[in-house]
Amino acid sequence: MTSPANLKYIRDHDWACFESDGTAILGVTDFAQESLGDVVFVELREVGEAVTQFQPFGEIESVKAVSELVSPVSGTVIERNDEVFAKPELVNQAPYEEGWLIKVKVSDTTDVSKLMSAGDYDTFIEPDFS
Amino acid sequence: MDNRGFISPYTPNTDADRRRMLDAIGVDSASELFTDIPADLLDPKLDIPSPLSELELRRVIEGMARSNAIPGDYACFLGGGSYRHHIPAVVRQIASRSEFMTAYTPYQPEVSQGTLQAHYEFQTLVCQLTGMEISNSGMYDGATSMAEAALMAARVTGKQRVVVLESVSPYYLEVLKTFCDAPGLEIETVPDGVSEMAKDSACLIVQQPNFFGRIIDLKKLSDLAHSAGALLVVACDLMSLAMFKCPGDYDSDIVVAEGQPMGVAPTFGGPYVGIFACKQKYSRQMPGRIVGRTVDSDGREGFVLTLQTREQHIRRERATSNICTSVGLIALITTVYMASLGKRGLQHVAESCYHKAHYAASMVADIPGYFLETDAPFFREFVLECPMPPKAINEKLLQYRIIGGLDVSEHVSNGMLFCFTEVNSKEEIDLLVSALAEIGGAA
Amino acid sequence: MDRSVPGRIGTTLPPLDVPIQTLPSPELLRNELEMPEVSESELVRYFSQISQFNFSIDHNFYPLGSCTMKYNPKLNDEMAGFPGMSEIHPHQPEGTVQGALQLMYELQRILAEITGMAMTGLAPMAGAEGELAGMLMTRAYHLDRGEPGRTKVLIPDSAHGTNPASASMAGFEVVEIPSDSNGNTDIEALKFAVGNDLAGLMLTQPSTLGLFDTNITEVVQIIRNAGGILYGDGANLNALLGRVKPGELGFDVIHSNLHKTFTQPHGGGGPGAGAVMVGKRLVPYLPTPVVEKIEEPNGVARYILGKPEKTIGRMGGFHGNFGALVRAYSYIRTLGDQGIAQVSEDAVINANYIMSQLKDVYELPYERTCMHEVVLSARKLKRDYGVSALDVCKRLIDYGIHPPTMYFPLVVEDALMIEPTETESVETLDHFIDVMKKIAVEAKCNPDLLHEAPHNAPNSRLDEVAAVRRPDLRWKRSSANIQ
Repeated sequence: MTSPANLKYIRDHDWACFESDGTAILGVTDFAQESLGDVVFVELREVGEAVTQFQPFGEIESVKAVSELVSPVSGTVIERNDEVFAKPELVNQAPYEEGWLIKVKVSDTTDVSKLMSAGDYDTFIEPDFS
Repeated sequence: MDNRGFISPYTPNTDADRRRMLDAIGVDSASELFTDIPADLLDPKLDIPSPLSELELRRVIEGMARSNAIPGDYACFLGGGSYRHHIPAVVRQIASRSEFMTAYTPYQPEVSQGTLQAHYEFQTLVCQLTGMEISNSGMYDGATSMAEAALMAARVTGKQRVVVLESVSPYYLEVLKTFCDAPGLEIETVPDGVSEMAKDSACLIVQQPNFFGRIIDLKKLSDLAHSAGALLVVACDLMSLAMFKCPGDYDSDIVVAEGQPMGVAPTFGGPYVGIFACKQKYSRQMPGRIVGRTVDSDGREGFVLTLQTREQHIRRERATSNICTSVGLIALITTVYMASLGKRGLQHVAESCYHKAHYAASMVADIPGYFLETDAPFFREFVLECPMPPKAINEKLLQYRIIGGLDVSEHVSNGMLFCFTEVNSKEEIDLLVSALAEIGGAA
Repeated sequence: MDRSVPGRIGTTLPPLDVPIQTLPSPELLRNELEMPEVSESELVRYFSQISQFNFSIDHNFYPLGSCTMKYNPKLNDEMAGFPGMSEIHPHQPEGTVQGALQLMYELQRILAEITGMAMTGLAPMAGAEGELAGMLMTRAYHLDRGEPGRTKVLIPDSAHGTNPASASMAGFEVVEIPSDSNGNTDIEALKFAVGNDLAGLMLTQPSTLGLFDTNITEVVQIIRNAGGILYGDGANLNALLGRVKPGELGFDVIHSNLHKTFTQPHGGGGPGAGAVMVGKRLVPYLPTPVVEKIEEPNGVARYILGKPEKTIGRMGGFHGNFGALVRAYSYIRTLGDQGIAQVSEDAVINANYIMSQLKDVYELPYERTCMHEVVLSARKLKRDYGVSALDVCKRLIDYGIHPPTMYFPLVVEDALMIEPTETESVETLDHFIDVMKKIAVEAKCNPDLLHEAPHNAPNSRLDEVAAVRRPDLRWKRSSANIQ
């Protein structure tokens, strides 16, 4: 399975979609939602709050696991996907579309060179049965 | 006559079994399985007594048990957080069913429906009695429930000050200090008549009736806490709720209680069960296990542990509490007790407590030298100011085969906290009254 | 489902024998009380019926790793049930409860002896509370020595969740230490993590992988040299009974889950008891109370509830879970010096026997002699047939066997953690081994049989997702059961 090529990825299994207006939309990868199982709860930073690259921007829970959402970018939250609070299953159903999480006004302290391409990420998550 | 070495009845394998297993494992002797342990420390001498047969052990423990003064053989008027009630036979019988008693925590719901359903009933009855929206399935005891409530209030409000009425049980207060000190919460004790609260308070903790038996003005305290943006935490006597208004009636945020009065023998202080109930909106901040109702893959009703991401086995250092094993069986006992007595039984017991305590109060207040501490309303406990130190009185009462009241002279001069329940007969109470009169007259 | 009928009652109560007293102001009184109204016979049938839906140690093999589900001797329940034990009130004057205090005192001594420690505190009411007590003592010790900067507690990645949660409740910052390729504490990582800010290390010995940490001597040295406290999680004490004393290994403090190792029945989630044993330097900080023995000039011993000099305080309203203490005492006295070491020997033989028979069928992540439990992995079944550890566990239910602990420890993929305990016979183990082999074959031939298991339990798999998304935590009037 291959990850969407237009996105950037981090090892914590979160993605960023950079828009032309200096914003980025963040979410979790298909691999992340698959490993977590049915998502039952999402907690996100409030609009107006700052997020820092490689630092948490919220929490996501399945029945038996909780994991931190880690931001691929630094910046300020300008929008949250309120739909996922009521319907957290959107993260499972469409992690790259309706299941997006927050939109961030990206600051220039973001180091884009530290992000993975789709190809690198797909290699990173390849199962290792050695 | 078989007088060979000791063979434990609890380890079925024989030497021949062990030989066969060691061969299968591929070692010569069991000691080869312990070679990871530093050799110089292996197989130390153990200075503990030799094995006892069942008959011998029974004699030893029965001897210890008999050397205690047993309430029942003695009239006993102790309360102060642990209460004596008649426990219907059905309670012990059901609780000793090995299906309940020897099951583990219900992590595998398909083979734990008995425990899970009983705990769901427990949560229901706790909610109904306290007037709260949700309950967990139990904490260790009332005191730790109260301490966890303070920690939870701090999480919910993001504030660090814990305000406590000084009429809260001094034992509970000690536990509160144990739990709150390390995470940096500041405890402030205030009088029952408190009329101001700092805005940086996480909660106001009150006890109803208070430790000294008195009914406090919950309406006023509730308004005070909420106007300061703090949660109201009420520690209550569960049995009183069959007669008196419940904490839910006063917009309480968290309700804690000792579950022991509901069918659990005093057992020298434990195991008991801590009640923990709160408003629904705080569910994700609750400590402890919670049982929920759901359906199985065939659409049949069933029960599971739920909201588990709050707990230590998932959230680890960020869990709402470290509690794991709690008191499942005791929660079951209280459930069976409440169901057995039911509405009428609980009301009858609560009212019996009330009438007996008030009868006793009216009698002792007439003895020269003894005074009731205040004339505030009370449920089943009151403080009696005595003409001499309570310790001396209690020693003399033992000669009448009476275990007297709790010494609270640290709080009230020569104060003794007396408790009355349905197990205290009129004869016992009358004996107490005449004994106190004799002891007081000799002072 | 509604079994409550107004007017029914489940017991009889004595009539009031004192004159009716004046009631308080009606505004204090409750108007409505919604409580069950059921007859005794119906109550018994209801609870007896739902009890049948449980697996339990008296009915089923229960190889639940890390939980030490051993047989609970019936004798112990009777001992705790003597009225002289069950009816005594915690506030009774010490002079009237000398027998109870003597039992506690002797248990304190025996537990200290078994663990090689100086003193025991019986106040904690479960293992996690014992951990909290140990962490609070660690904190008090460092503060007392004027070292408030010791704020970090190291915890191996294989530890129970209670360890980090307890350390955190005691105000410490938790630092995770990895395991090395043998399942031991990674010494290099440990060296790197210790410093002036070290408060201590929480170590489960043997670890949750069922392995004795052979780096223990080095671990002790590193923690000692860095000025830290070595905390022992005694959850796996069953493996060490009579074999080695944790105090002699170098632990400063260890708790024991009396409900595991010393047979207090688990009760569907407690009660437990979490006695905490300490070496000399932590004795002054023990939780309140501890039982002390005073020799009177006339030679008579007197027992009192004492308060250690610099105590961390009370862990609960009274003196700990006394009922569990009576059972633990009764159990230890039954086994005595001759029987204690047989427990660990048989527990370890049983676990290694299971390992020897199943390691070729399931994967063995660490090729070593195990202690009282063995951790296998169902990773291969998952890769080859899409059958998970969960599926294997649910299928075991169909064979009348309680599933092992699964997906723990976290460091082993699709972990199956199997702890047979010493109270199981070789015949029971052989049956379990056969079933596990059969399930591995089923995984290959008929994976759906496993995906859909259990097939003959009271319920099929329950929808835990719905339970969280739409919490239903109590009966409401419309769905009333016994109420």
